[in-house]
Amino acid sequence: MTRREGSPEPGPVGGGRLGSRLDWRQFRLTWLAFPGSALAALLVGAVMLLALGASPVTGYRALLDGAFGDSYALSSTAVKAVPLLLVGVGICIAFRANVFNIGGEGQIAMGALLATATALALPGLPAILLIPLTILAGAVGGGLWGAIPGAFKGYLGVNEILSTIMLNLVAVQVMNYLLAGPLHDTTAQSVGGLIPQTRLLPESSWLPILKDGTQLHLGVLVALLAALAVYVLLWRTSFGFRIRAVGLSRDAATYAGMPVARTTTLALTLSGSLCGMAGSMLVFGSISHRMVTDGSLTGFTGSAGFNGIVVALFGGLNPLWTILSSFVFAGLLVGGDAMQVVTGVPSDLIVALNGLVVVFVVSVEFLRRRPRVAPVAIPIEPPEWSAEHVEQPAATRGSA
Amino acid sequence: MRKLLLMLATVAALVLAVPVVSAPSKTDATKLKVALIAPSARTDLAFTQSMHHALLNLQKKYGFELSVSENQFVVANAANIIRQYADQGYDLVIAHGSQYGGTIEQLAPLFPKTSFAWGTAGATFGQPNVYAYEANSQEGGYVNGYIASLMSKTKVLGVIGPIAVGDAKLYVDGFVAGAKAQSKKTVVNVAYTGSFSDPSLMSKQASVFVAQKADVLTGSSQSVVGALSVVRENNLKWFGTQWTQASLAPGNVVATQMYDWMPALNQIITRVQSGKLGGVSYRISLKNGGERIQFNKAAKTPKAIQETAKKVVEKIVSGKIVISTGT
Amino acid sequence: MSEFFTTAILTATIASGIQLAAPFLLASLGETLGQRSGVLNLGVDGIMLLGAFTSYYVALKTGDLRLAVLSGIAVGAACGLATAFISVTLRAEQGISGIGVYLFALGLTSLLFLKLVGTPLPIDQPGKIEVPYLHGLPLVGKTLFRQDALVYLAFALVPVVAFVLNRTTFGLNVKAVGENPAAADSLGVSVARTRYATVTIGSALAGLAGATLLIDVGIFQQNITNAVGFIAVALVYFGAWRPVGVMLGSLLYGLTQALVLSWKGLGIIPVSLSDLAAAAPAVITVLALLTVARRFRQPAALATPYTRGG
Repeated sequence: MTRREGSPEPGPVGGGRLGSRLDWRQFRLTWLAFPGSALAALLVGAVMLLALGASPVTGYRALLDGAFGDSYALSSTAVKAVPLLLVGVGICIAFRANVFNIGGEGQIAMGALLATATALALPGLPAILLIPLTILAGAVGGGLWGAIPGAFKGYLGVNEILSTIMLNLVAVQVMNYLLAGPLHDTTAQSVGGLIPQTRLLPESSWLPILKDGTQLHLGVLVALLAALAVYVLLWRTSFGFRIRAVGLSRDAATYAGMPVARTTTLALTLSGSLCGMAGSMLVFGSISHRMVTDGSLTGFTGSAGFNGIVVALFGGLNPLWTILSSFVFAGLLVGGDAMQVVTGVPSDLIVALNGLVVVFVVSVEFLRRRPRVAPVAIPIEPPEWSAEHVEQPAATRGSA
Repeated sequence: MRKLLLMLATVAALVLAVPVVSAPSKTDATKLKVALIAPSARTDLAFTQSMHHALLNLQKKYGFELSVSENQFVVANAANIIRQYADQGYDLVIAHGSQYGGTIEQLAPLFPKTSFAWGTAGATFGQPNVYAYEANSQEGGYVNGYIASLMSKTKVLGVIGPIAVGDAKLYVDGFVAGAKAQSKKTVVNVAYTGSFSDPSLMSKQASVFVAQKADVLTGSSQSVVGALSVVRENNLKWFGTQWTQASLAPGNVVATQMYDWMPALNQIITRVQSGKLGGVSYRISLKNGGERIQFNKAAKTPKAIQETAKKVVEKIVSGKIVISTGT
Repeated sequence: MSEFFTTAILTATIASGIQLAAPFLLASLGETLGQRSGVLNLGVDGIMLLGAFTSYYVALKTGDLRLAVLSGIAVGAACGLATAFISVTLRAEQGISGIGVYLFALGLTSLLFLKLVGTPLPIDQPGKIEVPYLHGLPLVGKTLFRQDALVYLAFALVPVVAFVLNRTTFGLNVKAVGENPAAADSLGVSVARTRYATVTIGSALAGLAGATLLIDVGIFQQNITNAVGFIAVALVYFGAWRPVGVMLGSLLYGLTQALVLSWKGLGIIPVSLSDLAAAAPAVITVLALLTVARRFRQPAALATPYTRGG
């Protein structure tokens, strides 16, 4: 994961240092580079559409229409952006602490499970109590699932990529077990075929719709507030300072006397909590008002755990920019579904297109990045290569 | 911060301009419009293929417009797509997957002019525009199990399931019951791999069963393709469900419980055409021909065994055999 | 439980475990190489999918398995070149470029499978290769010495990669570039070229891993890898960036999977717990790492693009 040296001020992808006055050259590049690369990806997509016998014009018109065409479409996009934004904001915290959290998928699921269990256990509560409770439960569930790899990394040095991937694998099985077992809907009528879903969740737990006739639910406000809160956390609190310090240089932070292990653990825990909240949003904002899966994590999360990483990095690990990037990316996803329905092309094309957009946009990052001041490497442990193979004596730093 | 606001303003401007740019699409109001949403591909040799095949046949008969959204295993996405089809005025939206049920329950009241059909399950939620369809998979499972036990030389059978839910579990329960009914001494080993999409695990599970001396295997879900490679390699016998996997192991697939959704779909479509949008739940079974045991010609199963199978089918149809399914 | 300890079942379990481990091992070895030089590639699963589909398609059309495997490797190498271009030349954010590649490959392979193949047919699978004499040994014989050719290849590559990394100049350069690219650069080692090489070779191995998986299953299917590539990346960390460690990790994972399947088949693990049991390999891997509790440092320059002079 790229370290953020030399970028004290938040900014879009790569964290370039812009200072207070606008640098027009950089600005033009930003405005040209990103939309340009996205357009290039969409051009490739157009070729693929043609190869499948569909009209790119119809397809992309449907995409725009489905994502932004009317107030219902806009609300769908906003709702789709909610888990992306929550996960993305959590990633901002984790990555800034130099913790690579790829466990988002599992944390979303665990948060959702705890939130669902809470709602099913307390059906009598009024909405004003139940909804915050379920959001809190989601945060706790996801937070726990983030605390485990966080503690492993902070106190035991276990790499978080390993532990978060493994915990994802565990989460899917826990989810399947619970949804077909203890949390299962026993009132379902069927010949005997089990559907892995919960009972209809109490109406007081459903996220209220903010605007009639649309899908816009409370989750949008929660996500926006979370983004704001994390922005404040990262740049206006001492805890946030510690997170960024640990991320920039673990050794310097240790030397400065910061509680590195605890900070690392908390960073992953917070990241997990936000993912868990995303999970509860997915369940209580869903159309079906149940937690249901097809047996896979992606079937429930829609890859929000991965897409959240993408939008966070597109937003330069700044929660406020992530608001924008999550909305735009959500538009791509929602529009993609609409394109699939209108043109009839396989939905796999949409998945491929998403991947293309990510690759293309991330590839032009170099156009707008300023040359970094390379930090002087202070080797605590000397490099492993032995001195005898090297010709020039100047490189020898003593053997390992 | 200024930059962020500028960006947001531009995006907002673009977004507001879109409704001007995009024109509404025209719709042909005369033909019946049918949409199918499925969690796997139409070529999965299992669940979705059986439904898609039936729809294609009915399309030849009735000439309706068919749109397909396959590989929709993300339930939330599928929910939006179902809604879009309803919004666009489709007459019949078939949500082929039990995980879509909760969505149908909530969407049906919002689109009273659209008919929703979903399976495999039995609930119509008391909605006038919801049809449900399911399969008595345990029936064909029973027949398969009976014949498998009959044909097995080692009297050890292996059953590989994905996850113990839905159709898969019904079939497995039926298979076990049928095998035991043929001979109490037959050992039936059942294992669920824990995933619908891991053919590699299925193949290893099959290898394990081979080590346990099983010479007849069965299983369900699209990932059985992995198990079939072990079947080919060890020259075992295979019984299938939902759709024939004979193309994968021509000499080894003895029989398949074929799903033919035509009886159910036929009724649903004629009813929708006459304005009755729902309220009935259908079951395909051996009795109404929606399920049938299809013997694979290439496996050259002796006539006597095929006759026995017919007799078992008759007993199930006439009600002499009752298959219990412990849920 | 006593049934488990029969020769036949133990043999089948261990042999299955080794076979399950092979794709993990190949992909993981490739990723180790890349990460040792400082490049993180999260697109491994996608490259495996492309390798699997390519080898399937070639096998279907030509019937030549060797050509199929070679084309899987070639496609992997091509993806490696592209990944290297994005990560090294364009210095893009390595985490998400990998995820982008994965999504693209997932969609593309499903699409190509749908459109180019239609109704899938199985390919002819090669028989197992039995090592003469050795395969007759009790217990060990049937597990270790009766496997697919590609499984032997996977394990044979472990000492090869270890040798390359520890005893060749190239390996030295790889490690130098991964620890301190600025110093390596000043010594005349081309950071870019080294990273291109490792990523390309690594991706070629991922393509081979996909082909191995495909040949084992005998037919292609959407998302046939089912996150194997991500587990392979995780195993690189488990193995502390050393080929032997990676091999141990792959074996641990594969054998645990096989053990769970075996116990399920025997009824030792009841159906009601089958979901939780499927999580065992992941749990065991993490527990194993905790108990061993080594503290190997990752390559210092991992996932940091290199710019000369700053």
